[in-house]
Amino acid sequence: MASAAERLAVSDQTRRNWLLAAPALILLLLGAAGPLLVVVAYSFLKPGEFSGVTWEFTFDAWIGVFLQQDIFDETWGLADAHLAIFWRSAKLSVLTTVMTFVIGFPMAWFIATRPANKRAIWLFLVTIPFWTNLLIRTFAILEVIRNQGVINSALIGLGLIDEPIQMLYTDAAVLFGMTYVYLPLMVLPLYAAIDRFDFRLAEAAFDLYASRWKMMRRVVLPIVRPGIVAGSILVFVPSLGAYVTPRVLGGGKNMMIGNFIELQFGQGRNWPLGAALSMLLLIVVLGALLLYVRVSSDRAGERHG
Amino acid sequence: MQRQAAVEARGARKVYGSGPAAVAALERVSLEIAEGEFFTLLGPSGCGKTTLLRLIAGFETPTEGQILIGGADVTADPPNRRPVNTVFQSYALFPHLTVAENVGFGLDMLDKPKAEVRATVAEMLALVKLEAMASRRPTQLSGGQQQRVALARALAPRPKLLLLDEPLSALDLKLRKEMQSELKRLQRETGITFVFVTHDQEEALTMSDRVAVMSGGSIQQVGAPREIYNRPVNRFVADFIGETNFLQGALEEGGFRLASGALVTLSDDARGGRPSGAAATLAIRPEQVRLGAGGEAGLPATVSETVYFGTDTHVHARLADGAEVVVRLQSPPSGEIGLSPGAAVTLRLPAEAVQVLDD
Repeated sequence: MASAAERLAVSDQTRRNWLLAAPALILLLLGAAGPLLVVVAYSFLKPGEFSGVTWEFTFDAWIGVFLQQDIFDETWGLADAHLAIFWRSAKLSVLTTVMTFVIGFPMAWFIATRPANKRAIWLFLVTIPFWTNLLIRTFAILEVIRNQGVINSALIGLGLIDEPIQMLYTDAAVLFGMTYVYLPLMVLPLYAAIDRFDFRLAEAAFDLYASRWKMMRRVVLPIVRPGIVAGSILVFVPSLGAYVTPRVLGGGKNMMIGNFIELQFGQGRNWPLGAALSMLLLIVVLGALLLYVRVSSDRAGERHG
Repeated sequence: MQRQAAVEARGARKVYGSGPAAVAALERVSLEIAEGEFFTLLGPSGCGKTTLLRLIAGFETPTEGQILIGGADVTADPPNRRPVNTVFQSYALFPHLTVAENVGFGLDMLDKPKAEVRATVAEMLALVKLEAMASRRPTQLSGGQQQRVALARALAPRPKLLLLDEPLSALDLKLRKEMQSELKRLQRETGITFVFVTHDQEEALTMSDRVAVMSGGSIQQVGAPREIYNRPVNRFVADFIGETNFLQGALEEGGFRLASGALVTLSDDARGGRPSGAAATLAIRPEQVRLGAGGEAGLPATVSETVYFGTDTHVHARLADGAEVVVRLQSPPSGEIGLSPGAAVTLRLPAEAVQVLDD
């Protein structure tokens, strides 16, 4: 019968398809999954004497993320320094998200309410900083806020202050820098959501005795929520892992988790701890993304169910 | 004492743009709408009816003139401070709120107590027969149901004035007929003044207490449906409302001399004191023209075409000078009126059905 030949042809076809996809699959495995697996493996090993790891299985790195042993009486306590860095990272990331929203929402609203032919230029202006190297932008901010920088020189020159205000190497400096860097990531999804908003609904709310503020809060914000969530994720996730901005503007004392990880692979010479911290960061980010998927599919459910 | 008008426009004018690009959407319109009236603004698109409605709602401020609601000048008030609610053409229901939350929105914004809001919402949903849909979202409803939610939402705060911007235009014919009587019922039951905007003359005639026919940014005629239909003041109104035959000619002692040479007798009312010799247009509705066999007394004409409409049949007849007159006849039981193109007929234009319009 012909079916045997057909079956053979089909399995031949399948084999060929797999063969064709193989280079991409191998690359994907080596390039993405491979390094990740290496990081997972390293987090369960002992640190090497000078750098790298020694192949001995242990949970030490993971325990070390949260706990530390007192060198004198050998009792276990919380790793305060680590927790302070986690807390600062989380706090600064949340604050950056809030700040970008507070500044980005009026910006996105402004752009979305311009005449259609003017919007492209405004959007272009918002994205301009994106075309400049992050390091250069960060050093530009440094130049503005350092003790001999533009702001302090101007204030001293005007006689308003005698001593320069210490702005550099503070959490506020890091927050300012990150807000500036990640602002476009908030504005663009917000703009997309507001652009889709039916302004006749605002008119209807206004007609039904809503003040401008209530109209915003009760009609506009709930409807553009997917844009707010998307923008918040886009800002929060890279903020949490930020490296350049806290390094340049925060200095050595105001480390965030990204700097702390780098430290473990460099001077700290504790690769397993760095690997465990990296995994922890990944887990938190995945959690945030899952939350986003949950929230956005909830919206879809409302529409259909 | 004169009764207070529910809404009044005093020389309201609206110009969009400025300089040479300025477009006047509304030309110094003055209008009074009485308390409890079902008032319709009727006209083709671009006639200014929606602009006038938006001036009353407060979405636009007039370039000149004033808007008064219940005798108070509200020209400078924003929409949220006017005792007016609107049913939008697109319905503009809030997609993130349930039907009940949509209906309660206005009362909520007025900070009414929760219990009162709940009671009013229930009452309004009963009024539009949507109790079963209270917890649905607007997108889960049919067009007709969305329409009724929009109505309930606008009625819930008990406005002094309800504005309806072509609310039925998105519905199919059968649903539209249903909603027309539904609207009439709601207006009777609530006693609220309705200002209704439409381009559908039939809708305007069947539903309204009074109609304002608008064109080119100004009001052409205001009156009861019968008045508008039977006594149109100008050619635009006669042409826009229903179908009309227009015949050119001039006034004479004893009647109207048509271009074809025949003399048509006029009532004193139709003549309206116009002097002899003035050129004018004679207007008569197709259903008012009497059709007789050829050779009878009247205007001789030739049938050029008959069009069957079901209940009616339209006979297009040509006068001696080539002017065409449409005659509407009720279709006989057989459906055949027995006139074929070329047949000689006589038309009679009864004096009481003839109108004279100035050129």
